[in-house]
Amino acid sequence: MGLDINRLTPRAGNGGTGAATENDRLNRGQKLRFAAFVLILLVAVPILLGRSPYFITVLTNAAILSFISLGVWVTFSIGRMNLAQGAFALVGGYAGAILSTRYGVPFWFCLPLAGLISAVLGALIGWPVLRLKGVYFAMTTLSLTEAIRLLALNGGDLTKGATGIVNIPRPGAIDIFGLTIVHDFNGADPLPFYFLACALLLLGLVGVWRLSTSRLGWVFRSLRQNEDLATSIGINVAKYRVIAFAVCCFMGGIGGAFFAAFHQNIYPATYTISDSVNFMLYCFLGGLSYIFGPVVGAFLLVVAFELLQAVQDYQALIYGILMIACMLWLPNGILSLGLRHDGKGKDGRR
Amino acid sequence: MEQMLVNGVVLAVNYALIALGITLIFSIMNILNFAHGQMFMIGGFVVYYLYGLFKVNYFLSLIAVVLVLGGIGWCFETFFFRRMRKMATREENSMLLAVGTALLLENLALSIFGEKQRGVPPVVSGVFRFGTAYLPAGRLLVMVLAIVLIVGLLLFVQYTKLGRAMRALAQDREVTHLMGVNVDRVAAFGFALGAALAGVAGGLLVTVFGVNSGVGNVYSIKAFIMIMIGGAGVVPGAILGAIVLGFAEAIGYELLPGSITYLLIFTGLIIFLLLRPQGLLGKPWG
Repeated sequence: MGLDINRLTPRAGNGGTGAATENDRLNRGQKLRFAAFVLILLVAVPILLGRSPYFITVLTNAAILSFISLGVWVTFSIGRMNLAQGAFALVGGYAGAILSTRYGVPFWFCLPLAGLISAVLGALIGWPVLRLKGVYFAMTTLSLTEAIRLLALNGGDLTKGATGIVNIPRPGAIDIFGLTIVHDFNGADPLPFYFLACALLLLGLVGVWRLSTSRLGWVFRSLRQNEDLATSIGINVAKYRVIAFAVCCFMGGIGGAFFAAFHQNIYPATYTISDSVNFMLYCFLGGLSYIFGPVVGAFLLVVAFELLQAVQDYQALIYGILMIACMLWLPNGILSLGLRHDGKGKDGRR
Repeated sequence: MEQMLVNGVVLAVNYALIALGITLIFSIMNILNFAHGQMFMIGGFVVYYLYGLFKVNYFLSLIAVVLVLGGIGWCFETFFFRRMRKMATREENSMLLAVGTALLLENLALSIFGEKQRGVPPVVSGVFRFGTAYLPAGRLLVMVLAIVLIVGLLLFVQYTKLGRAMRALAQDREVTHLMGVNVDRVAAFGFALGAALAGVAGGLLVTVFGVNSGVGNVYSIKAFIMIMIGGAGVVPGAILGAIVLGFAEAIGYELLPGSITYLLIFTGLIIFLLLRPQGLLGKPWG
């Protein structure tokens, strides 16, 4: 379309609300923080907690939940509140499960295929649905979560209805020229899954960061600010919002397929409306303006609730209270707290 | 065939109560009440406890429902949404807050009421027959009560001073303020009224379908479908949406197995929104 969005979008206009409005380079502090996160994830945790399958499982869950929520964050970045991520995780989970149990496709192909199927379905549904804005979009996506669950329930032989698909094979080994690069995941040790989850999460983070600092990211932000204005400077609004939605569904699908292989089962009730709400809650709790928001939110909530066994029965209730409290007293998320101290935003310009 | 029509009418009038409640809140405060289904559910439970367990008169129980849900709605508006309106920076904030209230009510109900499906004894006994269709007296009572309430609500909004203030608020908040209306009080009353309508619908339908603490989201979604069909924030639209959904459900449950009905309704809804995103009677936007 021949227009440089970087130049046309007034940077100052983004104020503090702009996500990742930083220059395309990370500053030193951010690099350090990211490196620390990677080190903790890949070195410290396996060494300290590697003996405890329980904690590794919890952290695996947290990592993939963050990955799925990152997708929701992308739709937040075009100014849509997406309550359909549970639906696309379900689609991805079923796609992975059907491909591997029915057609014997190895897990390593199932994973991207499941993401792709989810993304294509998301693009098809998203095309009409993304015409809606605000509450209308939220209502429709909420209904979509329920619709996909019903679809899975009535899928006949393909989805096996309420009994779900069980005995999904675990990821096999990757051999290249007789050389085993990745062992198969069949042992009782959850560490391989943990490393896979971390790898996915880091890839997702880098991918979304690249996306939101690229020209595409600027287009997305321009959509959030004013779609009419974006149209008037020649942005094909319909195309870009479908792209954002498809990215979101892709991540949801991959996460769903991962969980299907991890738990070795999937049912229509695996992802319900409350999961869709939770994905959104993670984003929002961490802070919608920060790519790291969903990660912080998901890890904090998932790990905190595993540690506080006593209150687990009231987990969902506390989620509700937390959400309201956070909305009223901390509307920009947890990350906005830390960044206030050094007097500048994550972008270093505020 | 006649049975389908009778069932459709019973469902439609009760759904109209739900749709009118959510429309009231939406048009006055521009807040989508995600907790509407949960309020419906709580209304059902209040009737279950008062009428079903403690044998209080059914009509007194319904009045209690109005008070309880009205109180909840009033508190939500006064303590949460009013504060939110004064400091909100982002459009999503009030939506997220509404989702939070839904989460809160649902899980509160789950902790207090448990997961069991609850039913109440019939209020009146007997069955009426129309041609080949049967209409139990309980359903007729529910239907008549719902119609009375709908008519009462429409008259109230149209002809009383408070109703006029609410309509003014829906049109333009600032100007309403300038005309000397106590905006905060009217908004709180509107929220309370909308919540009470949801609760009364729950109190009426509990005599037909029973209630459990998981039905909240189902009814929220039904409410959303209705206002999307009719057009959000439009009173005739809410009633039209309720009629469409009520009959679609009645026909679907008669002819199709279980959950396929809703699958078709959702599919139809998405196609419908493709053609007419503002609903049947809504004004074009965006």
